Amino acid sequence: MAKKYVGQRIKRNEDPRLLTGQALFVDDVDLPGMLHAAFLRSDYAHARLVSIDVSAARRRPGVVAVYTAEDMGDDWQHGPPLVSPPPTVKDIVFHSRTQVPLVKDKVRLAGEPLAMVIAESRYIAEDALDDIVVELEPLGAVVDLEEALQPDAPLVHDDLDSNLAAHLIQKKGDYAAAREQADVVISRRIVIDRGTAAAMENRGYVAHWNPKSQELTLWDTTQSPIPIRNGLARMFGLSEHQVRVIAPFVGGGFGPKIMMFYPEEVMVTWATLQLGRPVKWIEDRRENFYATNQEREQVHTAELALTRDGHILGLRDDFIHDTGAYDPYGLTVPLNTQCHAFGPYKIPNYYGDLKVVFTNRPIVSPLRGAGRPQGVFIIERLLDVAARELGIDPVEIRRRNLLPPDAFPYDNEIIDQAFVPLVYDSGNYLPVLEKAVEMIGYERFLKEEQPRLRAEGRHVGIGVVSFIETTGIGPYEGARVTVAPSGQINVATGVGTQGQGHFTSFAQIVADQLGVSPHDVHLVTGDTAQFHWGTGTFASRGAVVAANAIHAAAVTVRGKVLKLASKVLDTPEEELELVDGHVRVADIPQRSISLGQLAVLANPLRGAVEPGTEPGLEATAYFGPKYGATASGAHAAIVEVDPETMMVDVKRYVIVEDCGTLLNPLIVEGQLHGGLALGLGNSFYEKLVYDENGQLLNASFADYLLPTALEVPRAEVSHLETPSPLNPLGSKGVGEGGAIPVPAVFAQAVESALADYGLEILEAPLSPNRLFELLQAARVTRDA
Amino acid sequence: MKPAPFKYYAPVTVDEALAHLAEHGYEAKPLAGGQSLIPLLNFRLARPSVIVDLNNISELFYIRPDDGGLLIGAMTRQRQVEHDPLVAERAPLVHEVMPQIAYPQIRTRGTFGGSLAHADPSAELVAVNIALNGRFRLRSQAAERWVPADEFFVGLFTTALEPEELLVEVALPPMPPRSGWAFQQITRRHHDFCIAGVAVVVTLNDRGQCEQARMVFLSAGDRPVIAHQAAEMLKGHAPSPELIQAAAEKAARDEIDPGSDIHASAEYRRHLAGVLARRVLTQAFERAKARETGKSGNW
Repeated sequence: MAKKYVGQRIKRNEDPRLLTGQALFVDDVDLPGMLHAAFLRSDYAHARLVSIDVSAARRRPGVVAVYTAEDMGDDWQHGPPLVSPPPTVKDIVFHSRTQVPLVKDKVRLAGEPLAMVIAESRYIAEDALDDIVVELEPLGAVVDLEEALQPDAPLVHDDLDSNLAAHLIQKKGDYAAAREQADVVISRRIVIDRGTAAAMENRGYVAHWNPKSQELTLWDTTQSPIPIRNGLARMFGLSEHQVRVIAPFVGGGFGPKIMMFYPEEVMVTWATLQLGRPVKWIEDRRENFYATNQEREQVHTAELALTRDGHILGLRDDFIHDTGAYDPYGLTVPLNTQCHAFGPYKIPNYYGDLKVVFTNRPIVSPLRGAGRPQGVFIIERLLDVAARELGIDPVEIRRRNLLPPDAFPYDNEIIDQAFVPLVYDSGNYLPVLEKAVEMIGYERFLKEEQPRLRAEGRHVGIGVVSFIETTGIGPYEGARVTVAPSGQINVATGVGTQGQGHFTSFAQIVADQLGVSPHDVHLVTGDTAQFHWGTGTFASRGAVVAANAIHAAAVTVRGKVLKLASKVLDTPEEELELVDGHVRVADIPQRSISLGQLAVLANPLRGAVEPGTEPGLEATAYFGPKYGATASGAHAAIVEVDPETMMVDVKRYVIVEDCGTLLNPLIVEGQLHGGLALGLGNSFYEKLVYDENGQLLNASFADYLLPTALEVPRAEVSHLETPSPLNPLGSKGVGEGGAIPVPAVFAQAVESALADYGLEILEAPLSPNRLFELLQAARVTRDA
Repeated sequence: MKPAPFKYYAPVTVDEALAHLAEHGYEAKPLAGGQSLIPLLNFRLARPSVIVDLNNISELFYIRPDDGGLLIGAMTRQRQVEHDPLVAERAPLVHEVMPQIAYPQIRTRGTFGGSLAHADPSAELVAVNIALNGRFRLRSQAAERWVPADEFFVGLFTTALEPEELLVEVALPPMPPRSGWAFQQITRRHHDFCIAGVAVVVTLNDRGQCEQARMVFLSAGDRPVIAHQAAEMLKGHAPSPELIQAAAEKAARDEIDPGSDIHASAEYRRHLAGVLARRVLTQAFERAKARETGKSGNW
């Protein structure tokens, strides 16, 4: 029998190259005659551009060109909307306003580029920024979400009547009636703040227009090289075949490296078209804080209607979502929030009023979790408050509301980010929750440990939450699998890769079909010259959509291999097996032929390929799911709080994940550990602090606090597998699940630790300073 | 994030370095470990036209015994101080604090004197040197002088150093008998900039009464703050929990002047300072008593 690789903990094929510095990143691209770009950015968040004088910068030795919006002529255009049209919801309002390559009339966020300098070195380019004289007339900044909707608020987009970017209402059942029947209604204002992805590698672009071959090559840190190729070709009047976009190794995507047509992405490309010389721009860390998309800020007023025994009758979730200065990514993030407030629970009635507002801040687009953590935070916080008010154990109230295993497919009757009904394909939620409860030792902790520790004067608490994650949405991905004459298997797919282990998990799928080792499967991702159909890496979809396309192509190639081998070995296909890179007769293993030899025979230099067949052992296939595969999980934590210093120490952390068929548990766990780090950041550390003028006050890693290895606990991980019926592999995405429920678990555990004080945590992230304020207030209430 | 242009000198002797400083005065900036200066240069927040790199001056790298105390060359890497047995023996407070300063990577490059000359009021070594009554040797081409640590720090990132002067050596006196020490700080993440912190050295007399308490607060104003009033409260008394609590509260309420920033309000910092003061005084007196009775001293 051939060895089965899917499901095995296989070390990653790509790691030797990555760990020894042999992998190509965009900044490694160094071309003869290459120039370097730097951008002059606005100091103001909202201002009218009065004048800009670049003449002195142009005169600086070593400067090759300086461009403003005026210099671009007709090439100056807004970026394309990326997710359109808006969903078909009754009475929807949606105003599409997309970013510009360089500011022409008005600055809408601090850091928006005003001019581009191209020079012989980055040093000279940055020196020349000082030579530019710019006059800006500052305008009142729109920062606060609720104030943004006040009638006297300044307008981010002057042609609109207000800062309302979108408005839609989704309904299920009759929430008002459910509220009438409820024994208890929990209502809270809950606030989630802004964070940044902080990928280890910032964005970077090297563009090279070769005037002789009339070809444009762009090395780009994008998650979506194919849409970028197509978009840039359209923008600059080139044929798609003239444009090659390569997303080489990328040091983390996390969402913001989506097909954004960022100003710098467009400008570097435009500049090489003007100059005929390669142009490089590498984002520095400070720029990343201003110029790369961010996420998460929302203000909710949410309400949960329940029976006295804790059964949910209905949920109302009205919220304002901040989209920043532009909204190229449509409603993806807030729709995810709406959907994920449903969680793994049966919620028969729902009313959700969503308002999206423009503010003078960086654009909001998905960031690992992409609206989901907010939705989970809402429902989980409401459940915790309800549990307390009803005197029901927090785990028990969740048990009572989980969807049963026979509920699937389950239609929540609202539409999701892919504009299709939010249907959960499959799931088995109770065992996932019970596994987490068992692993963390929930009952024993509450009965024995917590009281004992409390008697010792220590404040230690526990938190357990359930969640679902919609993953693996369409439209589709594709792949080509080829057997090379060397016997190596070549695979090309269109998605970009940013550290997810694609070179290994995808190889495992192919290895199972073709009877080779995953190490003999050579994968190319993210090079449009290799594969030019597809969308990209986002929405936890690589292991679902791309993986199943690869699987389909590999299955077809296997068929071709068997057909040809059957002829060569004069044996029926059913009697053949693929093992160790050979096709052999099952009963007579010495009768065999290597895949390489078969590849040579399939591509003859003389003779004719028979009609109806194709040369080579190759196949291209596509996969597009009807709707997303829904993963689920439960997280549990034990934390200790020092109520004197407000320091919080996460003592234990348990993750139970059901992402369907596990392709490679090692890689899945890597995703979970990494996700936890972000989730903990979103719980207690990572917050972008803006002042009332829209100025970011912590644009460096000294002040924007990413949790380090010392803060992030080692998670204890366990898996359950409920395969998705929507794809042959049965896989579901797991790229975001590690991050999504963490703020909700953290808040519940901190409340549990400080149960003496009876405080409620209705915000994420928390901080020691905020905890100090909350605790002071709780002490006053308690002592009153 | 590229620095503005500057001239770069890499002298190999102190005399040579001092000559560059004498020539360029305010225009010049000495470069020690670079853990603060390099980011300032890259952000273009500092734009000196001359950098005098001290990293090749071997005569500034040493730790030597000096009577019962220590002499530490200004360029000695923090990592070396951290692992030096003589420091562990003679300056246990320094030994205890070193691993809490930033990260191993930073300590490997960062220098003992560089941290002092930078005079960040949240820097551990600044407070510790004051608590230990350290003295700093400053040299210029023309002269040399010794400045006590508590006179060296004159404001936010500002010291008694003249532009043409270099901090070349730190002298740490021996700790008196029956002394105890402690240091605690609160950081947002492990090893971050301190949002509140206290270093203390206490000495008991032979009747178990507090003879001296030198308590220095970090991140409590524009420079390190010595809690003189709290020390007066403790002096002459046996250190009881109530007295310690009262002294800690006094210091936190009346002696420090912390500011607010995005990480911590002044009120929270003041609260933390009181909590930490109580904790370090308690620990330091315990250590002093342990030493008195010959129990488990750490040195």
